Amino acid sequence: MIDRSALGAVGAPFVLDVERGKIHEFARATASSHPAHFTGDDPVSPPTFLTTTFFWEQLVPDSNPWHRVQMSPERGMHAEQEYVFHGPPPRAGTRLTCQSRIAEMYDKHGKRGGTLTFVVMVTEFRDAGGKLVAEARMTAVETAQAPVEKP
Amino acid sequence: MSVRWEDLVEGSEPPPLVLGPLTRTDFVRYQGASGDMQPIHHDEPFARAAGYQAPLAVGMYHAGVLNTWATNWLGPENVRRTKVRWKSQAWPGDVLECSGRIARRYEEHGERRVDLELVCRRRGDGQTVVEGWMTFVVPR
Repeated sequence: MIDRSALGAVGAPFVLDVERGKIHEFARATASSHPAHFTGDDPVSPPTFLTTTFFWEQLVPDSNPWHRVQMSPERGMHAEQEYVFHGPPPRAGTRLTCQSRIAEMYDKHGKRGGTLTFVVMVTEFRDAGGKLVAEARMTAVETAQAPVEKP
Repeated sequence: MSVRWEDLVEGSEPPPLVLGPLTRTDFVRYQGASGDMQPIHHDEPFARAAGYQAPLAVGMYHAGVLNTWATNWLGPENVRRTKVRWKSQAWPGDVLECSGRIARRYEEHGERRVDLELVCRRRGDGQTVVEGWMTFVVPR
C-alpha cells in the first residue's frame, strides 16, 4: 500500500563516478558494440547507463526516497523510464552528484476496473560545477490486483 | 559512419535489431552491469513462487537494447532524450525485434534534431513489449 506522505520526499545527495570499464560492461550487456563506447580514455555512456545509480546510492544512507513510497512488490511495476540530457550524455571520468525526489503521485482508472496509482521519482545529475547534466524520471504503477500474466 | 541530414527523412526506418532467443544469461549479464539484482529475473524457484513459469526478462534490458538500435544509427553522443514505456513481459526463448522511424525532423536552438518513435516486438505473436521515444541532435 502506497504511503501518500512520501510525496515530496527528497533523498540525500550521492556521488556517481562515470567509469570507463562500467561503460564497456553496460554497453556489452545492452548488445552495443558501437566504438563510441569502447574507444579512447573517456567513452560516452549509453542512453540508459544512469540506471547504475543502484551501485552508488547504497553507499549513502537515505539517498533513495523510493523506499518511503512502500509500493507493493506483488502489485507494483516499472511503467516508464525517461532520461533527458542537457548536452551529450556523460563521459567516463565525470563525477556526478545525484539527488532523487518523489515528484508526483496520481490515480487513474484501469481498463479492467480498479484504480492504478502512479508514482514518479525524479533524479537530477549535476557535474562538479553544479551544472544540471541529466535528469531521470522513473514512473512506477501499483495495480489494485496482482497483474495476471503468465508465459 | 556518420549519417547525413539529407538522408534523414521523416519515416526513415533502418532494418531492425534482432535480439534473442533471450537467455537467462542475458538477464544476469544485464543485472550485473546495471546493479538491479531483483531475483525474479534469474532465480527460478523465486519466479515460480511468484506465479511465473520462468524468470521474466529485465525490462531495462530490452529497453536498453532498443536504445542501442537507435544509437547504432545516430550515434550515442548525440542522444538528448530517451523515454520507454513497457507494454508486456518478455520471457526466455523470445526473439525480439527492435526498430523505429523518424517521426519529426527539425531545427531548434540552432541545432538539427530528429525525434524517433521506437518499438520492440516479439517475433511470432507480434506483441509490443516496449515502446519508446528518443531525440537526437544531428551534428553539422
